[in-house]
Amino acid sequence: MTSKQKFLYFIYLHRTGLSVTGLSLALLLFPLIEDNPYTLGLTNLIAINALVVLGLNLFIGYAGQISLGHAAFFGMGAYGSAIATVTLGMPPWLAMVIVAILVALVALLIAVPILRLSGHYLAMATLGLNFVMYTVLLQWDEVTGGPSGFSGIPYLSIGDVQFDDEFRLHYLLWSFVMVSLMLCLNLVRSGVGRGLSAVAGDEVAAQALGVNTRNAKIKVFILSAVLASLAGSLFAHCYSFVSPDSFGIFTSTDMVIMVVVGGMGSIWGSLFGAALITLLPEWVDMFETYKDFVHGGILVLVLMFLPQGLVTGLIDTIKIKLALRRRKNVAS
Amino acid sequence: MLRLENVSKNFGGLPALSEVTFTVPKGQLTALIGPNGAGKSTLINCMTGVIEPSSGQIFFQQQQIASLPAYKISRLGISRTFQNLKIFPRLTVLENILTGLTSEGGDSMLMAMLRLPYLRHRERSLKLRALEALDRFGLADKANWPAEVLAYGDKKRVELARATVGKPQLILLDEPVAGLNAEETATVAEQLRLLRSAGHTMLLVEHDMDLVMEIADQVVVLDSGKCIATGTPDEVRCNPLVLEAYLGRMGATA
Ligand SMILES: Nc1ncnc2c1ncn2[C@@H]1O[C@H](COP(=O)(O)OP(=O)(O)OP(=O)(O)O)[C@@H](O)[C@H]1O
Ligand SMILES: [Mg+2]
Repeated sequence: MTSKQKFLYFIYLHRTGLSVTGLSLALLLFPLIEDNPYTLGLTNLIAINALVVLGLNLFIGYAGQISLGHAAFFGMGAYGSAIATVTLGMPPWLAMVIVAILVALVALLIAVPILRLSGHYLAMATLGLNFVMYTVLLQWDEVTGGPSGFSGIPYLSIGDVQFDDEFRLHYLLWSFVMVSLMLCLNLVRSGVGRGLSAVAGDEVAAQALGVNTRNAKIKVFILSAVLASLAGSLFAHCYSFVSPDSFGIFTSTDMVIMVVVGGMGSIWGSLFGAALITLLPEWVDMFETYKDFVHGGILVLVLMFLPQGLVTGLIDTIKIKLALRRRKNVAS
Repeated sequence: MLRLENVSKNFGGLPALSEVTFTVPKGQLTALIGPNGAGKSTLINCMTGVIEPSSGQIFFQQQQIASLPAYKISRLGISRTFQNLKIFPRLTVLENILTGLTSEGGDSMLMAMLRLPYLRHRERSLKLRALEALDRFGLADKANWPAEVLAYGDKKRVELARATVGKPQLILLDEPVAGLNAEETATVAEQLRLLRSAGHTMLLVEHDMDLVMEIADQVVVLDSGKCIATGTPDEVRCNPLVLEAYLGRMGATA
């Protein structure tokens, strides 16, 4: 091997680690270059969405399932933290952990019956879950504040540093995203992750290879619910105000659209999808008014032409083209 | 090693298997033959837990497995291939083989997310084993291709490699050479011979009689869900019932 080849091979071998390091550095420096609070506010929102989308993408892309109700877990996290800190006076960090554990339990209780379903039925059931959650937030106003929302949620802090402006929140939120990103990357590159991609590919084959498909799906569902709950808690502490409208079914479908744009089963794609869909209304004014139409349109178009999702679909197509060309070269 | 006792399976009242009884002795290659629709694939599905037999018992190393879920049966050391290929088209060839080592890759999602050093080492050794299997099946130069683009014969070999890479105790092969040309069939036959001489126990479902007669130690004949004969290839070849099952069918279709 020449030294150039060696260098390229080194990059190829450590591509995941290098990408993570590169992105971390970029995020570290970003607020020093871009200090406009409005822009930082947007990238912070991307971070919160990315956290939900990472988990949801594991569930949709790896477990091969569908959920149209993840905003319910997002909402449980947000309202859970709000109620625990304001009403019950718990310290925010502790509240966040306890709420996440409770959400994991709820997800387990839901997953056991609901994951017997699949396809449309699962979609309807998760949608129903979201409706129930939304109605509870709206109606139970002694606890949730009803339609007018819940305010006065304290900021998070570590020692003397209080996360109360966009600049500090940037570091807090993106730390959560990067840690989750690494955990997810580790997961999909492990034996367990391969078992999950087998489940998404073909359940009978996966079982024949020793994968407990039912358990695997339940575990990924719980994992995605916990990530959504953490994102919700961060959301609450970040804006110190929550209202039911942030956790309706349109939020759920937006999350699914982010997954679809990023690509089924693509961890990096999740970040891309979250970023693109969060930023889209900022770039084109028209989208503000017709947001739901545009989102619906994107969903339909992507699924029609690239059922694996936008980024993954494109990458797969290119990979297959390349491999086919190589196959032809080998043959001739 | 594997013993079936009066295994029956009905699909909506229609019997697909009735009272099938035979054993698969350790270290031997047992061939399961029979006309189309005889119930061979159904029998393999019963043995691997894909479907539960309506009645009867299946023992694997003295353990009753007839009602265990498929993943548990797989973890006991029974692996299989599928008549209608079930490889994962989106994964690369190497990743496909690695899925054959899933149960050795660890079970805990938490550990997997932390990727502790011991798991990293294990991943490396699993990858080496998968590469070795690729080599054995002549697929090494295609390791990073998406499995989807492989030619049919290569896909069949990927499935065979996936089923054997984990060194299972018992390998159930559902028509591994169906649709392959003579040359490809010969390489697969060679692999089967190697596996057998390495001491693997196998059950081979196959229509290719030349192959069956050449490499099987024992032949079991199934017709309309009934086990009509068992014996060495030579015994079965001369068995009047078998001749009738095959020739009678041919006479009817001719
Ligand atoms: N899931 C099912 N539901 C209903 N009937 C089934 C099912 N699976 C198989 N059968 C029937 O059971 C019988 C046996 O089928 P099986 O696939 O086991 O045959 P086979 O011996 O593998 O045939 P071949 O050589 O064509 O593969 C057939 O008549 C088939 O129609
Ligand atoms: Mg069959």
